[in-house]
This record gives sequence, C-alpha cells and structure tokens, in this order.
Amino acid sequence: MNNSVKSLLAVLFGLIAGALLMALTGHNPVEGYKYLIQGGLKNPERIGNTLATATPLILTGLSVAFAFRTGLFNIGAAGQMLFGGFCATAVGLSLDLPRALLLLVMVLVGFIGGALWAVVPGFLKAKYNVHEVVSTIMMNWTAYWTVYYVIPGYFKGASLETESRQLPPEAMLHQQWLSDMFQGSYVNLGLFIAVIAVLVVAFLINKTTLGYELKAVGFNRHASEYAGIAVKRSIVLSMFISGGLAGLAGVAQYTGNASSMQIGILPSQGFDGIAVALLGINAPIGVLVSALFFGILYSGRGFMSAMTEIPPEIADSIIAIIIYFAATSILIERLYRKLKLRRAANKKQGE
Amino acid sequence: MWTTIEQIFPYAIAYTIPLLITALGALFSERSGVVNIGLDGLMIVGSFIGAFVIFKMQAQWPGQSWVLWVGLLAAAAASALFSLLHAFASINLSANQIISGTAINMIAGALTIFLARNITGSGKISITSGFKSFDVPVLSKIPVIGDLFFTKTYATTWLVLLVLVLSALILYRTPFGLRLRSCGEHPHAAEAAGIKVQSMRYVGVMISGAFSGLGGAVILLTYSGEFTGNVAGLGFLALASLIFGQWKPLGILLATLFFGFATTVANVSQVIPSLAVIPPVILKIFPYIVTLIALVIFSKSSNAPKAVGEPFDSGKR
Repeated sequence: MNNSVKSLLAVLFGLIAGALLMALTGHNPVEGYKYLIQGGLKNPERIGNTLATATPLILTGLSVAFAFRTGLFNIGAAGQMLFGGFCATAVGLSLDLPRALLLLVMVLVGFIGGALWAVVPGFLKAKYNVHEVVSTIMMNWTAYWTVYYVIPGYFKGASLETESRQLPPEAMLHQQWLSDMFQGSYVNLGLFIAVIAVLVVAFLINKTTLGYELKAVGFNRHASEYAGIAVKRSIVLSMFISGGLAGLAGVAQYTGNASSMQIGILPSQGFDGIAVALLGINAPIGVLVSALFFGILYSGRGFMSAMTEIPPEIADSIIAIIIYFAATSILIERLYRKLKLRRAANKKQGE
Repeated sequence: MWTTIEQIFPYAIAYTIPLLITALGALFSERSGVVNIGLDGLMIVGSFIGAFVIFKMQAQWPGQSWVLWVGLLAAAAASALFSLLHAFASINLSANQIISGTAINMIAGALTIFLARNITGSGKISITSGFKSFDVPVLSKIPVIGDLFFTKTYATTWLVLLVLVLSALILYRTPFGLRLRSCGEHPHAAEAAGIKVQSMRYVGVMISGAFSGLGGAVILLTYSGEFTGNVAGLGFLALASLIFGQWKPLGILLATLFFGFATTVANVSQVIPSLAVIPPVILKIFPYIVTLIALVIFSKSSNAPKAVGEPFDSGKR
C-alpha cells in the first residue's frame, strides 16, 4: 500500500476519533469540525494566520524529517528551536543595522544557534555512540533553563519579568504588503524562509552526493563506512543541518509570529515537528502538506472553542491520535492484505 | 550548613520518589526488551486519573485518607491500561518503539487536558488534601539519621522503597525475573527455552505503565496537589535515570537521588547564602550536563539489555 494512502487513512481515523471524543463529552462533532475549519480558512486573514501558524511547524517538521532520513531521531527540535530563536532575538535587540542586512544576520544566527545545539548530541553519537534521544532531551532542558535566566538577566522587558523586550519593527519578519494581502493577518516573511527551506532540503536529499551519503549512513552505518563515507562526519553534519532547520523555526516563531520571547516555555512546535515529519512520510513536500493541515487545526481551534463549548485541546488530541495511527499503520496494511487474500479466495470458489 | 541540609533533605526525597518509581517501571519494560519513552505521558495519565478520582471521592467522603489510596490504585490501573497502546504497537505490530512512545506522550498530554477542561473548565483539577508528612515514631529520634531519613516522610515514600526492594528481588531472585530479563537479552534463546516472549514483554510494559501511573499520582499527592496537564518532564528524567543507573535497581536509586538533590538544591539556592553566589542557571542545568557526561563515560561499558528496542520476530534467526 502506498505510504501517502497510509497517512491519509491515519488522518481519517484521527478525525473520526476526534468526532467520537467530541460526541462522548457531549458536544456536536459536526458543528465542532465546521467551526474548526471555518476558524482556519474562513477569510483571507484567517488563511494568513493559518499559514503563519504552519510556518514553524514546517521547519521543525523538516528538521525532524531530515534527521529521520539520515537515521537519527531528533527529539530535541524544541530546544534547538528555542535556542535558535533566542540567538536571533538577541541579535535583533542588540545590533543596529540596515533592515535587510539585520534580518539576514538574524536568520543566519538563528540557524547557527539551533545547529550548534544539535551538534552536541550529534558529536556524542558519532564519537561515543550515545543515543541521541536521551542527549537531545537533556539539551532541551539545558536550553530551557539557559533562556530562562539569560532573558531576564540581559534582555528584560519593560513591564514583565518573564518576557524579553519587544523587538523593534525593523528587526521583525513582519512585512506590511504581506499583511495587507491577507487583510491584516500576522503572516510574515517566515513563510518564505520555510518554503525555501523545503525546496533546499528536497534538493539536498534527493539530488546531491552529500544527501546520498547522509541517507546511506542512515540506512546502514557499517556498509557506508565500508564504502568510504566518513560516517562520523556525516552524523555530525546531519544533526547540524537538522538543528539549523529547527533554529529557523525559532526565528520564524519568535521574530515573526511573536515580537518577544517568553521564558518558561519549551515550544510545543518542537514536539509537533515529530508528528509533522511522521505524517509527511519524512519527505519535504509531505512535511509541507501535513504542517499546513496541522496549521488549520491549530489556528481554527480558538474560533471553534469560542463558538462552541469544545475545549481547544481537541486539536492537539486529534493530532496525537493521528500520530498513533500513523505509527501503527502496519495494522491497516495487514487488514488490507487479509481482505485481498479473502477476496481472491472467494473468486476462486466462485469459479 | 547542617541545618540547610536537614531542611532540604525531605524535599529532595519527596522529589526523588516519583522519579524512582517511574524509572523502576521502565526497568521492567526495558529489561523485557521494550523501550518506553512514553513514561512522561503515562505519568500524566496517572496524575490525571488520580486527581479525578480523588476530586470526586473527596466531595463524597471529605477528610477520609483511604480515598487517597483508592486514587493511587486507580492511577496505577489507568496507566497500566493506557500503556497497552504502546505494548500493542511495539509488540504486536513491530512499530518503531520510539515513535509509539512519542505518540503516547502526545495523546496523554492532549487528551487529559481536553477531558479536564470538560470537567472543571480551567483544565486543572485540585484535590483538597494529599498525604500529610509525618515523623516516623522512635526512628526519627535517632541522632543524624533520624533527622535526615525519618522526619517529614510520606507514606508513599515507604511504599515506593518497598516496591524497590521487591522489584530487585523479583528481577534477580525469581524464575519470573530471569525469564523477563532473558527476553530483553536474547529473545530467540528465551523462546527456544519455552518462554512466551510476547507475553513477557506485555507484562514488562504494563508494569512500567502501572509504576509510572503511581509516579504521577505521587507527585499529585505529595508536593503538587493539583493536576495541571504535565509533570514538568519528569518522565524523561526518569528515562535518563534508568540509563544513568545502568539498568540496575541500585543504580536507579542512586541516579534518581542525584536528580532529586540536584534539582532541590537548584530550587532553593536563592535562599541559602552559601549557594546564592553560584548563578542559578548553572545549578539548574547541572543535572542535565552531568547526565550527558555520564552517558559518555558509560558508553564504553553499557549494560543496556542487548535486544532492547528491537521488535521480536520469531521467524528471524
């Protein structure tokens, strides 16, 4: 069975489970879904907001998917995103440059910040064979506490202890013509960063020698080593790129969708990136599509919970259930095969 | 100095206990050959069900302490049931265990808040009272040791320590323990010896679920007092403790004590003059950095179960 069919079935089952959940808790599922979709797509402004919500998800999804393709499980996208976004915010608050140059530096610094945060687990994996799942989780909390103390210490906001200063308008990805096009939405240049990243990553993994080598290491480390690929370098490089993509998600989130950084929050987009990657079968285009789908759910849930009694966490629940179905899609495949066999047997009997 | 140590000791122990029980559960799961990264989610489920059951029962029977024990039991049972999702995916369907565990975390985190909002509106469930700390009679009068280990203790602390001892005995001194461990080391040999690998792994994952549920409920009943939709990443810390403790009961105890003390010291550092000179960020990230270093040190001689994380395929040789 085709992989994208499996993903679509997982989505279908997830939506059915969501409907059941709404019904069981005494709400009307038809109304719930109606307002959920309206909230995401009703008018140009809402469509713009959906795109903006999807932007960091595209990038974290891409980050996790890229790591997956090269045989690594990057569960630390949240920390990399936080640290990348923090570096970009720090630059935006401290440097005084012409706007184009400033934004370029911020994007670059955000990428490098995320990448460095991921290189540590990559290095530990390559050199000492430390499993990246545990080390990236440790890095997540390290990023969390670092940002927790550095922001109040050096970039404290005017009124709140728990927030950084507001970024000046020229240090934000906000663009007036883009907002006007979507009638006042907060969609911003981050979207273009995400789309460019999708194209670059697609080209990198599918069309270049480097991408081939990175994938080969993911498939079989020992065979790759035998074939002359520098395995350790590949692992570190994979984590570098994966972390950089997550760092870009931080740039898009904290300097595009938001205008300041709050402390004490690990961005949920980091973990949702795993869901996005899984549903998008780890392909860049698949990541783009599934991030947009999650974007609708996340951006529409506020409208839904305003119009009905349904708590907004239904969106998170649906996404989580979809991921479980995607992880267990082999069950669907087995049932499908059994059905096929039975049909073939019936046909034989008929003859 | 001595009084500070005396003061933080009970808090450190209170913080250690939920970590310890959760990591112990993960020990059963991983020793049977299944990686369980869903500990965090299972703890959240335990915390939610515990809070819900106790919230409802305290309204019915105010001031009764047996209600709390019922809540603990319900939490363990609910998390054990919930862990079946992970068991089914990773044992029957040979799914990627890390992805399945991640799905468990996500479902638990989202679903419990969704349900809690349906119940209370705010998504938080508070219980009117948890376990009261008490001084152990006689033993707390012993100088030094009495002050450290036997004052301000919770009933759940003694329960979890009992479970620790029993777990060590079961894993290393009973036929069942030997069988369970063999499934994580060499499942094909275990099968050839007549052990039902899949059933053993189910038992391992369900014990892990039940213990994580207890862990989540213990947080609720000792130091937090309300369900808020997360357990501050303690499930991941428990997983790190398991590896830090090299998949051994005593190692796990020491690792969780380390985390318990490091975190408590970081939490109270600002009010203790001798610690206030250290920037708090250093104290906060200290346990995580030490874990990373420990992982590097142990990488040469890892005691991880040989077949952990690998789906069992009876036909594969």
